[in-house]
Amino acid sequence: MSKQINVALIGNPNTGKTSVFNALTGLNQKVGNYPGITVEKKEGVCKLPRGVKAHIIDLPGTYSLNASSLDESVVIELLLNKNDKDYPDVAVVVSDVENLKRNLLIFTQIKDLEIPTILVINMSDRMKYKGISLDIDYLEKQLQTKIALISTRKNIGIDRLKELITNYRDLSVTPCLDPSEIDKPYFDALRKAFPNQLIYKLWLVITQDVNFGKTDRNEIDAIASFKTKTSGDLKRLQQRETIKRYQFINNVLKKGKTIDVTQAKDLRSKLDRILTHKVWGYVIFFFILLTIFQAIYDWSSVPMDLIDGAFASLSEWVKTTLPSGAFTNLLAEGIISGLGGIVIFIPQIAFLFLFISVLEESGYMSRVVFLMDNIMKRFGLSGKSVVPLISGTACAIPAIMATRNIESWKERLITILVTPFTTCSARLPVYLIIISLVIPEGRFLGLGYQALTLMLLYLLGFVSAVVSAYILNKILKIKSKTFFVVEMPNYKLPLFKNVALTVIEKTKSFVFGAGKIILAISIVLWFLASYGPGDNFNNAEEIIKTENVANNLSDDELQQKIASHKLEHSFIGIAGHAIEPAIRPLGYDWKIGIAIVSSFAAREVFVGTLATIYSVGNDDEDTIKNRMAKEVNPVLGGPLFTLASGISLLLFYAFAMQCMSTLAVVKRETNSWKWPVWQLVIMTAIAYITALIAFQLLK
Amino acid sequence: MQYTIAHLKRGERGVITDVSSKNIPLKLLEMGCLPGNFVELIQFAPFQDPMYLNINGSHVAIRKETASHILIEKITHE
Repeated sequence: MSKQINVALIGNPNTGKTSVFNALTGLNQKVGNYPGITVEKKEGVCKLPRGVKAHIIDLPGTYSLNASSLDESVVIELLLNKNDKDYPDVAVVVSDVENLKRNLLIFTQIKDLEIPTILVINMSDRMKYKGISLDIDYLEKQLQTKIALISTRKNIGIDRLKELITNYRDLSVTPCLDPSEIDKPYFDALRKAFPNQLIYKLWLVITQDVNFGKTDRNEIDAIASFKTKTSGDLKRLQQRETIKRYQFINNVLKKGKTIDVTQAKDLRSKLDRILTHKVWGYVIFFFILLTIFQAIYDWSSVPMDLIDGAFASLSEWVKTTLPSGAFTNLLAEGIISGLGGIVIFIPQIAFLFLFISVLEESGYMSRVVFLMDNIMKRFGLSGKSVVPLISGTACAIPAIMATRNIESWKERLITILVTPFTTCSARLPVYLIIISLVIPEGRFLGLGYQALTLMLLYLLGFVSAVVSAYILNKILKIKSKTFFVVEMPNYKLPLFKNVALTVIEKTKSFVFGAGKIILAISIVLWFLASYGPGDNFNNAEEIIKTENVANNLSDDELQQKIASHKLEHSFIGIAGHAIEPAIRPLGYDWKIGIAIVSSFAAREVFVGTLATIYSVGNDDEDTIKNRMAKEVNPVLGGPLFTLASGISLLLFYAFAMQCMSTLAVVKRETNSWKWPVWQLVIMTAIAYITALIAFQLLK
Repeated sequence: MQYTIAHLKRGERGVITDVSSKNIPLKLLEMGCLPGNFVELIQFAPFQDPMYLNINGSHVAIRKETASHILIEKITHE
């Protein structure tokens, strides 16, 4: 029988659990979501000796089975539900040799659920630096388990782990602790009421209130009668349980683990002295940020240009090779340019995640959180909001997902709501083209006006995020305890494999997640711009030809005029005209109106839409720019793009919530339409008002 | 006077005597913040908040507010 062995990887954060997962599964892994919630689900397949296969699931990192977050409750729900298809045949608890004491807490809890359990002691290569020695035989006997002493960094001990998984049936399932010790009368009563149930499991159900699955419903109702204790009482019992467990662990480790302090070298305290220093800590952080920005905007421009060029020629090639018709146009102008709009962001997103994962893997990110908490707290944010706000400069979508580890719901919600203010990479093409149109090329103190404007726009993004956080903190009446507990892990060199896998996986999830939406919108846009109602659209060719009979135009010029006329009378052109009265006070005409309407789906569509509207054949910025420079304001006369209308447009894009994907993610993360709708309404209102004021003052 | 972790200065150590479980997240207890365990203050962020601690071998940062709910007995240098 070729049944797979179900393996669950469990452990504290920062123990190298993911490295173990990567070592076991390599590229045979997939990342998804648990149904209905946004907790990441990582699973993979591992080939074991003798042709056996294991299905491995990497559960979210947790300190214990007492869940305090959604991520953690996933772990408990799985371990309590024997009917789940992922219910483990064997649990592998990953621990780190330096934090063994703390890591063993969850190990004893899982043992008490009578699941066969293997203990992995990771980072064994650090033992000699720290002067640690372990008595493995003694530990195995006391903990009644099998131990794999491994180092994913040095690739030691993985085979032993595979061997242990293969022979999981030999593992003992004797528990570590008798729960009755926690509170004898209470647990005796519980045992009497449910003689057939594992008492520790019942206790977990009572404290967690987790969903037991349908078959066990009746039991849960019956258990309700045992919730006679107040939540304060339960918490006290949980505390007593934790103390009992630590007593057990301390006893075991007293003989099983010895540390020769004279052998220990302390890299941590030396690095911490600089990296968390009151002054140097911030200086170093600032320089790291500068490097990241440099990478995202400079280094990625080369691959981005290549991608842009490749897609433009592909589209051209399709048009010239395939027989002309609606399908070819859809392919060349809708689908291919839509795909190009997704692929072009890959270099920036890959760079961003490269840096973020290196900073996280190395342990530095926790120091940043530590340094920034005090400042962020004043604005109703948490030190942990720094990561989303930095990530937001690439894309708000992964940034909002990165808020999950903020414990306080209020701080997390505020972070989610203000993150879209930070200048994401989709705003960049819009900024670049408008800046080059309306801002003169002069220099101030050696810095170009144009570069300064761009920098100011980034600054504006951060300032508005922080200021709105401050206001939201005053307005929102959410009572939630603001706990802030950050583990400060050891510094370590990031593992190339882990970093590479993170970058690949995050980029993939952007391409297939956000990408789908961008592609769909591009196709819809193409359709709306290519078809229209009535004679004015359908007879465009004749109308233009009769109009220009006397003008002696070249064929190309005539074709461009026809395309432009068609667009004006297409569905999207009609929409543009319809909103013109609303945007005229901001200094825009109907063509910009179309671009704004279409970029409510995604900002980066702006430039592409203008390209279509001005019937310039390709996305090459210079051509669009020249064309835009010639546009005349229908009301005031003179050029349409002046300093006033340009600044107004920049401000509009800085504030407006123009990203459907972000709204979708906010809905998912806050589990309600209320917040994304508020976000859309308020951000758009701010955008409109500031753009209006700017134009009216400057014109 | 009752000492709490919030009273510690850099490099000072103490032994935890009592934690008011109402005001402390369970997560902190699980990391070893329990009566009988030692605690050392490693570093402050500016304005002495948050505090970077070594509790029973676990390195964690917590806010001063939370720290003020953990009672300790100071270890004076012998």
